[in-house]
Amino acid sequence: MLKRKKNLVETTNDGGENAIQNKEIEGLSQGQIVRRRFVRHKAAMTSVFVILFLILAVFTSLEMKIGPLKWRGWWKFKYDELLDLRTEGCPEGIVGCPTLSVVPKFLGGSGMHLGMHPFGQDDIGHDYFSLVMRGAQRSIYVMIVIGILGGTIGTVVGAISGYFRGWIDAVLMRFTDFIITVPSIIIGSVVGYHYGNLGVGFLAFYLGLFAWTGLSRLVRGEFLKLRELEFVDAARVAGASNRRIIFKHILPNAVGVIIVSVTLLMSGAILLETALSYLGFGVVAPDVSLGSLISQYQDSFTTRPWLFWWPGLFIITIALSINFIGDGLRDAFDPRQRRRLTKKDKEQAKVQAKIAAQSE
Amino acid sequence: MFAYISRRLGVLFVILFGSSFILYNLAAISGDPLEALRTSKEPNVQQQIKNLTRDLQLDVPPPLRYFLWLRGILGVFVGHINFGKARTGQSVTELIWLAIPTTVRLVTGATIIAIVLGISIGIVTALRQYSRFDYAMTFVSFLLFSLPIFWVAVLLKEYLAIQFNNFLGNPTISPQWLIGLSLFSGVFWAAVISGDRKRVWSIFAIAGVSTAALLEILSVTKWFAHPGLGPIALFLLSVGVAFGVTHLSTGISNRSALRAALAMAVITLVMYYPNQWLFGVENKKLVYALMIIALFVVSGTVPLLFSKIDRGPIIRTSILSAFLMGLLTVIDKLMQTWKPYMETDAVYFRPIPTIGQVNALLEPGNFWMNFLDILVHLFLPTTALLLISFAGYVRFSRGTLLEVLNQDYIRTARAKGLTERTVIMRHAFRNTMIPLTTIMVVDFAGIIGGAIITERIFGWIGMGTLFNQAIGSLDLNLLMGVFLITGFMAVSANLVADLLYSALDPRIRAVSRSK
Repeated sequence: MLKRKKNLVETTNDGGENAIQNKEIEGLSQGQIVRRRFVRHKAAMTSVFVILFLILAVFTSLEMKIGPLKWRGWWKFKYDELLDLRTEGCPEGIVGCPTLSVVPKFLGGSGMHLGMHPFGQDDIGHDYFSLVMRGAQRSIYVMIVIGILGGTIGTVVGAISGYFRGWIDAVLMRFTDFIITVPSIIIGSVVGYHYGNLGVGFLAFYLGLFAWTGLSRLVRGEFLKLRELEFVDAARVAGASNRRIIFKHILPNAVGVIIVSVTLLMSGAILLETALSYLGFGVVAPDVSLGSLISQYQDSFTTRPWLFWWPGLFIITIALSINFIGDGLRDAFDPRQRRRLTKKDKEQAKVQAKIAAQSE
Repeated sequence: MFAYISRRLGVLFVILFGSSFILYNLAAISGDPLEALRTSKEPNVQQQIKNLTRDLQLDVPPPLRYFLWLRGILGVFVGHINFGKARTGQSVTELIWLAIPTTVRLVTGATIIAIVLGISIGIVTALRQYSRFDYAMTFVSFLLFSLPIFWVAVLLKEYLAIQFNNFLGNPTISPQWLIGLSLFSGVFWAAVISGDRKRVWSIFAIAGVSTAALLEILSVTKWFAHPGLGPIALFLLSVGVAFGVTHLSTGISNRSALRAALAMAVITLVMYYPNQWLFGVENKKLVYALMIIALFVVSGTVPLLFSKIDRGPIIRTSILSAFLMGLLTVIDKLMQTWKPYMETDAVYFRPIPTIGQVNALLEPGNFWMNFLDILVHLFLPTTALLLISFAGYVRFSRGTLLEVLNQDYIRTARAKGLTERTVIMRHAFRNTMIPLTTIMVVDFAGIIGGAIITERIFGWIGMGTLFNQAIGSLDLNLLMGVFLITGFMAVSANLVADLLYSALDPRIRAVSRSK
């Protein structure tokens, strides 16, 4: 007991940054360390809340049917409902202007309220708020499906080829090269142009089938590295099966790389989907996505800019949050990552060292 | 090495063969190219269908037709490649040859600027890790990363083109803009240079005040209506270039290098009026080629006068500075062309176009006028592409440099007392460039197919337009032609990147890795 205490004192006594950091993670599991590091990343944490709030708000806003279940939706209009175009309160000659107001009355604005059509109306009277919600639903849905599908395929392919090496690796990696040759925007356009009417699920599915290549290369590299380490040898000597080694020993150690690249894959996916929809090869009418909304209304920018701003802002918010989450995860999973010590930390460490020295 | 390359090339062709076969059939079964004709009510429909079937060999089933197409492609080995015919009857080879230069012109500039700017900012953020500047640039690069290009493009059209054209109507800078820009410049330079509190504030003040003064002068003299540098400003800028390049390349303490670079600035000044005359003479191509040769000869030989030992770095410094000063001279010439260009009927004081690749109304013949015309048409698409791609370079070079700076050999370099400049520029930066080079190669390959959306928004007719057209009209040969070029560029760039990597980094050997 005494010996242990002395050790502790020594580690704090050396007073360097390492000591402070080492003390912080003393006795914590890898998962706890990662979680703590992530929670400390302010931008990433903010983004987590933003994206959760967005997803919740977007998906509950409109009427939805899943099998026999029916959700009413908290927003008053449907996205395909034709309404009267609002003209009062709009500048001369412009219809369907937004009613959203965020400047409070005491600042000379008209108070904070949503009004009838917070994002305005499109040129034939659809409520633009519900259109944007619908578009965001589609875009987020595609993003998540691509993330899950691409993540799974990429992990499996990369894990198998990195672990087994040899001819399996050669075949799988040539197959990956083969998929890389076909730029996803080209394959997306070819398939999307002709099968676009099969709906957004199909779009997400085939984009996912082509989106895993970068991930599989990273996972393969990670597996190649990890399989040579001692703990894998130890497991093998102890008689563990390949399956057990992959799932119990290597995969948990590679999970950082996988999670980080899946988030980046997802932020790329939402841009890809909106770009395809913008070109007219993604989500097609009568359904809407954020990309198709922008494509439809880009010419009305000078007269009715809100038709252009809102879908764009949603794309950026979603992609930006996901990028920040990815950045936070990368920092959290990086074992070399050291938190930047604030002055307060250093002071505290000094005080503790002093106390420890006195109690000695 | 030879065996390795030939094996990789073999695999490359097999891959291209496989993916083109699949794409061909996928595209072929996805729609009927005759559908539009079948429903048409024109009298000679039957004849048209017959012609098209004959031209495109539509009576052959797609898997077999692929091999007919492939035979034309394989003609590349006997010196005659044949991509087949487009629906319109034009040869796809010709269409592609016309489209490639447009696309290259569109994307090259943006890529180069993105690389230079991205790497410089990435390096500064790495050197000032966890500073406010670092956090700000991280945020900006993530923001740019998340921007859809089609959205940015519309904003650029509105704010950079239309509003800027309005501004040129009466080029005086309003006080708000003046204060805003000066504050921005002060904050930016203070963050980049950094130091203790007193230093930061003085840099902030100097940068802010000088920006404000410069803008005020430009505004009062209505400089934007008739821009130009003139010999004096050109000389001052050249001296600045000389100091900057010397500082980065050899360090100011190397007096011979500094003298050589300053000599280049003096030559730039002396040659100012002769250059103006040379820019105007007939038989331009020959003259310009000779001018470029002269620039390199002079900058390569003059430094020999300044030092008898260790001439390599001095010549490097001198050539680099001379090149940048030459660029300044060209920019000055372009600025002088600005006013006559604005006054032409084709432009009429609204110089920044939102669409198109050249101004068709502009009279051909005047080299500088047409050059400027191409540049202003490139302005918006280049800015859009730049904004999108530059973030990646910032992040990547920052990450790589940080990794390199943690290496033992950097500590050794510092420990043996090298200056910080030598440690960063010679030990760290060069090693950072290794992975960056391979990324650049792959990016350059992506150039040709990479601008589908940009071309569409800005109305350029390049590879992206061909691609859109091919998909829209089910034009199989055209689609495959575009795909083959982009696919070939992508796989061969990967090969080149691998080879380059092993050539640059002796620790990595391509040959052993492949076993």
